[in-house]
Amino acid sequence: MSNLNNVHNGNNMRIVVVGNGMVGHHFVDQLIQENNADNNTQLDVVVLSAEPRLAYDRVHLSEYFSGKTADELALTTPEYYQENNIKFALNAKVININKLAKTVTTEAGEVFEYDKLVLSTGSYPFVPPIPGNDQPHCLVYRTIEDLENISASSAVSKVGVVVGGGLLGLEAANALKEAGLQTHVVEFAPQLMAVQVDNGGGRVLRSKIEDLGVQVHTQKATQSIETGETCRYKMCFADGEVLETDMILFSAGIRPQDTLAREFDIAIGERGGIVVNDQCLTSEADIYAIGECALWNNFIFGLVAPGYTMARAAASHIIGGDVTFQGADMSTKLKLMGVEVGSIGDAHARTAGALCYTYENQPLEVYKKIVVDAHQKKLLGAVLIGDTSDYDTLLQYALNDIELPEHPESLILPAGADAAPALGADALPDTATICSCHNVSKGDIIEAFDTGSCNLADIKSCTKASTGCGGCTALLKTVVDSELTKRGVEVKKDICEHFAYSRQEMFHLVKVAGIKTFDELLEKHGKGLGCEICKPVTASILASVWNDFVLKPDHVSLQDTNDTYLGNMQKDGTYSVVPRIAGGEITPEKLIVLGQVAKDYKLYTKITGGQRIDLFGARVEQLPAIWKTLIDAGFETGHAYAKSLRTVKSCVGSTWCRYGVQDSVGQAIELENRYKGLRAPHKIKFGVSGCTRECAEAQSKDIGIIATENGWNLYVCGNGGMKPRHGDLFATDLDTETLVKYIDRVLMFYVRTGDRLQRTSVWLENLEGGLEYLQQVVIEDSLGICEELEAQMQNVVDTYQCEWKTAIESEHSLKRFRQFVNSDKSDLNIVFVEEREQIRPATESEKEVFSQTQNSELKETELATELV
Amino acid sequence: MSTSNNWVTVCSDTDLVSNSGVCALLNDQQIALFQIKVGNDIQIFAVSNWDPIGKANVLYRGLLGSVENAKVIISPLYKQRYCLDSGQCLDDDTIKLLVYPVRIEQNQVQLQLVD
Repeated sequence: MSNLNNVHNGNNMRIVVVGNGMVGHHFVDQLIQENNADNNTQLDVVVLSAEPRLAYDRVHLSEYFSGKTADELALTTPEYYQENNIKFALNAKVININKLAKTVTTEAGEVFEYDKLVLSTGSYPFVPPIPGNDQPHCLVYRTIEDLENISASSAVSKVGVVVGGGLLGLEAANALKEAGLQTHVVEFAPQLMAVQVDNGGGRVLRSKIEDLGVQVHTQKATQSIETGETCRYKMCFADGEVLETDMILFSAGIRPQDTLAREFDIAIGERGGIVVNDQCLTSEADIYAIGECALWNNFIFGLVAPGYTMARAAASHIIGGDVTFQGADMSTKLKLMGVEVGSIGDAHARTAGALCYTYENQPLEVYKKIVVDAHQKKLLGAVLIGDTSDYDTLLQYALNDIELPEHPESLILPAGADAAPALGADALPDTATICSCHNVSKGDIIEAFDTGSCNLADIKSCTKASTGCGGCTALLKTVVDSELTKRGVEVKKDICEHFAYSRQEMFHLVKVAGIKTFDELLEKHGKGLGCEICKPVTASILASVWNDFVLKPDHVSLQDTNDTYLGNMQKDGTYSVVPRIAGGEITPEKLIVLGQVAKDYKLYTKITGGQRIDLFGARVEQLPAIWKTLIDAGFETGHAYAKSLRTVKSCVGSTWCRYGVQDSVGQAIELENRYKGLRAPHKIKFGVSGCTRECAEAQSKDIGIIATENGWNLYVCGNGGMKPRHGDLFATDLDTETLVKYIDRVLMFYVRTGDRLQRTSVWLENLEGGLEYLQQVVIEDSLGICEELEAQMQNVVDTYQCEWKTAIESEHSLKRFRQFVNSDKSDLNIVFVEEREQIRPATESEKEVFSQTQNSELKETELATELV
Repeated sequence: MSTSNNWVTVCSDTDLVSNSGVCALLNDQQIALFQIKVGNDIQIFAVSNWDPIGKANVLYRGLLGSVENAKVIISPLYKQRYCLDSGQCLDDDTIKLLVYPVRIEQNQVQLQLVD
C-alpha cells in the first residue's frame, strides 16, 4: 500500500477531487473501494473542499432545525478518510487550473499535481437580481453555514419569507416554520412545485401547505426589497401589492458552480454547466465533472441519485471500467412539512397521445394522477399529493415497462373491494432498481442472499440499499421478505412458542370470540402451558377488554410477580409501595400518613420523577397491613407495578403561577383519575404543562398536554428513558371535551394494536403512515372505529377498582401475601443496613459478616432492627 | 408435623394455589410448592425457593410455564427458566435447583426427607 500522506509514489495515479459534497464524497468512496480491492492499481487521492467540513447530507438539511447536529448530518469523518489514505484539505477553495502543467492551486497558494482532475463543485443558490437583495437578513439555503445564519436571523425575526415555491423552497419554508416564524412562500409561477407537479396537484399541495399555517403567494414577481413599516423589510411586487417581513430566504433554483471551468476554458453550456459525455469527461481529456455542476445532454440533474451514478461513471472510466451515465429518472418521493408528495416521469402528460386518470379526495386532500400511453399499456408518469403509498408500485411499472392492468385506474383508487393489490416483489424483474441512491437492483439483493446474507440488516450493510434517502425502505423489506419466504425461511411474528400470533392478533381473538380466561385462549388457539411472555400479555389484554380484578383466581396465575403482589419486586425480594398521588398534588395530612407508615414499617422513602413517593423495603407479608393503613387514609394504588397508566405530571399552572394560562394541575388530576388502571402493552405516562414554558416536560411523555390561550395542545407518543423522543404535535387549541375524546381514541387504538412491551413512541414509528395515519384514524375517523374506541375506554373507566382495596377485602386474595404457608416467620435472607439515615438492602458480603457475628437464637424480625 | 417413611406433612392441599406457587418452611429450608392443573390432571412440584442467580428467596412468586415439553418455573427476578422435574436451569447449564419428592396424602401435602 502506498501512503498518500507521504511522498508520492511514481507509479500511482494522482487524482484531485475539487469539492466534497454528497456526490464528491460518493466518488471518493468508489476510489476507496477500488484501492481496497485486491489489485494492482493504487490511486493517490487528494480532496479539496471549499467548505469547513467534509461531506454531509444535504438532502436532510432541514432536520438541522428539528435538532439534528452537523455531526449527525455528516456522511463521513476525517478518520475514515485518513484510514483509507485519502488526503484532504478543508477551507481549500481552488482558484486556478493549469491544464498544461496539470496542477490546481488553492486560495492559500497550495499547488497540487494531478493525473486526473474531478470537478464536483455542485451548485449555488440562484438569487434573483432584485434591488435590495443584499441586505443582512436576505439569506440562502444550501450549506450548514447558511443554516447557522438562518437560525441566527430567525432568533431576531417574527416573520419570514421564502422566495421560490419549488422543492427546495418548501423545504426551506419548513425550516422557517420549525424555527417558529410566521412563514410565507412567494412563487413567480402560478403554482407550487411546477416542475414536478401538475396544476391539479399544485392546487391540493397549496391547500395542504396553507392548512399548516404557511401562507402561499403565487404569480408574484418581487421588484424591490425596501425598509418595512411593521417589519424589517417590505417586499414590493409587480402587481402593486406588498408583503412585510423580517427576513427573506432565496430558494429560487440552483445554478451550476462552473466558475473554474469558465475561467480556464473548459466547455460550458449556453445557460451554464460543465459539458460532459457519458463517461462524465469534460472537453478536456483528463478532467471530469460530476453532480450538479455537470451538464449532460443539455440537462442539469439536481437530485442526488443521478449525481451518484455520475460519480460511479467517472470512477469507472478512470480505473478502466465500463459504467456510463445514461441520464436518470427524475422521479421523486418526499415529505414536505409532513405533506407527502410524489412525482414520476412525465407528470405533465407531455408525451404525444398520453392519457390521464385522476383521483381526488377533497375532504382528505388527497390527489393522485397517472399518465399512461395512448394504448393504456404503459405507465408514463404520475403525481401523488397527500398519499404516496402507491409510489413504489407505480415507479416500478414506469421504470420496468410492466404492462398495466386492464383498469389502470385501479392503481390509484382507494383500497376497497376492487382495488388492485400492490405490485408484489415477485412481479419485478431482476433488473428492477430497488434503491436508486446506491443503484441496487433486485438482482443484486438476490445475489447478496446467494453469497451469505440472511436478513434485512445484512442486505443493507452489504448492498447499501436503503441507506441513502431511505425512500425505498418499504420496498426493500417486501423484496427481502419475499426472498426469505422463497428460501423457506419463515418470517415469524409469533409472540412465543405457545401462541403463533402477534399481540394484536391475540387481542382480536380475545375480543371477537369473547374469551375471558387464559385457559380458554390456550385451549382454542395455543399449545403447552404458556410462559412469562404469553401469560402477562394475555392478562393485559383481558384487563383491557374486560377489566376484571387482576387477582381473580382465573387470572392470578398469569400475572408477573409485580402484578400478583401489587408491588414492584426489588432485588432482595421485598416490594415497593407506591400510592397514587394524582397530578402530584397532596395534602399535608396525607403526607404525614405516608411519613408515619414509612416510619412504622421502617421503609426507605424516595420522591420519584413522576411526582410521587415510593416506599421501599416492604416484605410480602407486610403489604396488606401497609395498604390497609394507606387506603383508610384515602390513598389508592398507584399501579406502579403494572403496564398501565403511571403518572400525570403537572406544573403548578395558572392557579399560582404568574405565567400559567390554564389550570394544569386540575387537568392533570382529572386525566389521571380517568385513565388510572388502564392496562396497555407498556406503561403510559402523561404530562400537563400550564403554559408554553413546559415545566411538566409534557413533550417527553406518551401523552403530553400544553396549555394555550385558547385551550390545550395535544402531543402524542413522546418518550424519556433509553431512547428519548419528543412527542408529535397531534392537535392544537382543543377544549377539554375534545382533548379527552382524542386521548381516549389514541390510547385505546394503541392498546388494541401495540406489540408486547412496545412503548407508544416505537408504536407510532412502526405504524404505517405514521402520525398522519393516526390523525386520520383519531380525528377524521377514517376507519370508522372511534365510537367503539370511546365506548371501550368508557367501559374501562366505569369498571375501575383500586386493586389493593379489593385485595384487602378478600380473604382469598390475602392468603397470597404470605412468605410461608406453614409458618409466621420471616425470610432470614432479607437484611438491611443503614445509609444516609435510611435502610438499604445489605450486600452479599455484609450479610456474611452479619450471619457470622449474630447469635442464631435471635428472631429474624429482630435481626433487621438490630443491624440497623 | 407427622412423619412416616420420612414423608413429612407441610401444609394442606387447600393452601396450594392452582397454576401458581406458595412457599413452605421445613427445618429452616424454604421450599417452593407448585400445583399445575391441566383439565382434571393435577401435578405437584417442590423445589428450593432460593433463586441462585437473583440471590433471594423468591422462586415461589415466579410464573409457571412450559418449554417444549418441560414444565418450568420462571424466576420473577431475572426470568431464568428452571425445569420442575430436574431442577435444571435451562439458561445456565451449571445451575440446578434442589428437587424434593412431594405427594398429597389425605389432602395433606407431604415432602419426603432424604437423610
